[in-house]
Amino acid sequence: MSDIAIELRGIDKSFGLVHANKNINLTVRKGTIHGIIGENGAGKSTLMSILYGFYQADSGDILVGGNRVTIKDPNAAISSGIGMVHQHFMLVENFTVLENVMLGAEDSQILNTSISKARVELKRLEKEYALEVNPDALIEELPVGLQQRVEILKALYRKADILILDEPTGVLTPPEADHLFRILGQLKDQGKTIIFITHKLREIMAITDEVSVMRRGEMVATRKTKDTSVEELAELMVGRRVLLRVDKGEANPGAVKLAVENLTVRDSRGVTMVDNVSFTLRAGEIVGIAGVAGNGQSELLEAISGIRRAVSGTVLLNGKPIDVTGHADPGDLRNRGLAHVPEDRHHVGLVLKFDEAENGILGYHNDKRYLNGVFLDTKAIQADAEEKIRKYDIRPPNPRLKTANFSGGNQQKIVLAREMERGPDVLIIGQPTRGVDVGAIEFIHKRIIEMRDQGKAVLLVSVELDEIRALSDRIIVMFAGRVVGEREPDATEGELGLLMAGVEGRKEAAE
Amino acid sequence: MEFFDTIVAILESTIRVSVPLIFAALAGLFTERAGVFDIGLEGKMLGAAFAAGAVAAVTGSVLMGLLAAILISVLLSLVHGYASITQRGSQIVSGVAINFIVAGSTVILGEAWFRQGGRTPALDADARFQTVTFPFADAVKDVPIFGPIYSNLLSGHFILTYVAFLLVPFSWWVLYRTRFGLRLRAVGENPGAVDTAGISVIWLRYRAVICCGILCGFAGAYLSLAMSAGFVKGMTAGKGYIALAALIFAKWRPVNIMMACLLFGFLDALAIRLQGNPLPFIGQVPVQLMQALPYILTVILLAGFIGKAVPPKAGGVPYVKER
Repeated sequence: MSDIAIELRGIDKSFGLVHANKNINLTVRKGTIHGIIGENGAGKSTLMSILYGFYQADSGDILVGGNRVTIKDPNAAISSGIGMVHQHFMLVENFTVLENVMLGAEDSQILNTSISKARVELKRLEKEYALEVNPDALIEELPVGLQQRVEILKALYRKADILILDEPTGVLTPPEADHLFRILGQLKDQGKTIIFITHKLREIMAITDEVSVMRRGEMVATRKTKDTSVEELAELMVGRRVLLRVDKGEANPGAVKLAVENLTVRDSRGVTMVDNVSFTLRAGEIVGIAGVAGNGQSELLEAISGIRRAVSGTVLLNGKPIDVTGHADPGDLRNRGLAHVPEDRHHVGLVLKFDEAENGILGYHNDKRYLNGVFLDTKAIQADAEEKIRKYDIRPPNPRLKTANFSGGNQQKIVLAREMERGPDVLIIGQPTRGVDVGAIEFIHKRIIEMRDQGKAVLLVSVELDEIRALSDRIIVMFAGRVVGEREPDATEGELGLLMAGVEGRKEAAE
Repeated sequence: MEFFDTIVAILESTIRVSVPLIFAALAGLFTERAGVFDIGLEGKMLGAAFAAGAVAAVTGSVLMGLLAAILISVLLSLVHGYASITQRGSQIVSGVAINFIVAGSTVILGEAWFRQGGRTPALDADARFQTVTFPFADAVKDVPIFGPIYSNLLSGHFILTYVAFLLVPFSWWVLYRTRFGLRLRAVGENPGAVDTAGISVIWLRYRAVICCGILCGFAGAYLSLAMSAGFVKGMTAGKGYIALAALIFAKWRPVNIMMACLLFGFLDALAIRLQGNPLPFIGQVPVQLMQALPYILTVILLAGFIGKAVPPKAGGVPYVKER
């Protein structure tokens, strides 16, 4: 009996010209939690997809428990005892927990008998691993934390000994993430092997036994977690030294630039997403809005930037009202000094089929400097793009390249350059570093602080609590569409986490 | 009593015209629940009706006619499946193309083979479906109320009529009580979940599409071998689209589908009955208005009365493994 759960030897995989995995070797010991860390696009997910049979490696061997196996589809992975919890849950939302758990593992053609068997088995698993969930609840009615639990149960139901978790904490509140870590610890104690993929260094340090670092398709190092440090891992990931802490001085808040009063916004289904929210934003300060995704931050940003109509409330920009309940026009707001970096750069921030130079003027294409009579002044646009590329270190430095071909971090820099360079009074930024690698994060954070120091008012929305805490001068926490608290940036993560989960906020509101 | 007889007559013809709608809507149910939208129900039904008429005319066998209908309809379904599942093409374009190809080619082939202006030869009684008479139907005919209901409304339909109505609970059972049904519904909602569970998305969707073909085959055979005695060009006359409307109206649920088809059939029967007869207070109603009623009703009801019809979430979207 070997103590090796999984061994990968020389795994190689290309998608066309992209060499996603280069000669990867990896050894995962039985009964351990093995972290795999790397920037976006480092090849972590591709490697795991190969292990789970989603893709075939071009070459290389997979050994499970010391035996060479061919994993040609997920079915083969499942029968080798490998289970996977995907980043985007693979659940059927209008099915019950029970139906989801047994889907694909039903043991007869007629459902009734499978259902009763599955119910018994699920009860046993729940008890054994303390993973309680109502088997008859519909998935769409469960909070994400519980949905993730169903994914874990699915794998255990299929008798997985090796669990792969792909970026499992991205959708969780801090308390939910802590709970997940406890569950993983229990699973480990029961002898399961866990492969934990993330780009968050803190999580790696918190729960893994060993960690492997990937960079640009290569496995660059494997360390025992207790023998390494956050700084070393960050350096291995990026390939150079990275400043993890953001250096910033005291804020010098000035006049109120943006005043939001009693703003209420509903979504297309008529559900109230922003509920009577009020706050102010001053020149020279960064206000961070913390909250778990889906608690109204997106709708708040959209309403202020004129993309979504609000139901009621007022917003003053430089003391003058914005017609948020009527015909607020994003173009007009831009001219009044409000710039907006949308949360979703692929669908809102950029036209991916346009080249870099075109995206660089999007929304500002009526500015005189880009026009030559009624025509676009292509020379000026080109020169403008080249300057932004230089200033924001956008790579590759080619204004003619289609935006879709830039990496996430560079795409984000294109948007930031466009919105920041026009010198707005108020900058609204949603998820500035989502899908952006560590090196670019550092750069983006520096630029945001610079904007503040130039006396701009910055409203920052992010689901990354670390980012909010690092950048903000004041933190507003939203839960279920309401502002449930305001804190100084030195508030502890635990305190903010409870607010974000709606626990503390309720108490406060009751008092 | 005359009023009562009129009602029974209208209901009897409601059942008669609902049958192809039920077959076609259930056909659509299987494929759309699996995530493959099918606007080509019309074309498949038409192709099946032609195949049934032509083969029954040549062989003189109603069974051969039915089998030919199913065969052609399944083949057309597989074309749709190949375009939209394997090649990940647009399901709407593929469906529309099938409708056009069938509308044209049935006439051309019919004219080339039978030289009767695109019709197939009129069928003998042997080459058509026979009506089924329930026991004692004649004996109880004159019993008031019960008599007409039993003898005229329930008895005396084609065997396919009973098949259609039995298929409603059967389809429900397949979709909600079998493993195949569970997986089929899952693949229409989140094919990723099915794929990662180790089930082939492609094979599952093909099976759903084949189910659709078989049921459309029944619908077509009913038109040319039961309702009429042979194929007439364009004889589906939009029934495929009405079936599609019924499917949406019924929110993709079997029993609702039967109700919706009966409602649309009733409007159709009423339209025929009212032709030339002025309505009280309203006067003469143009027959076109009555024919348009099912569509108008669908739009109005969907717009406000029955709530939002939420289609299967992955419907219309070809499955591509995420990259």
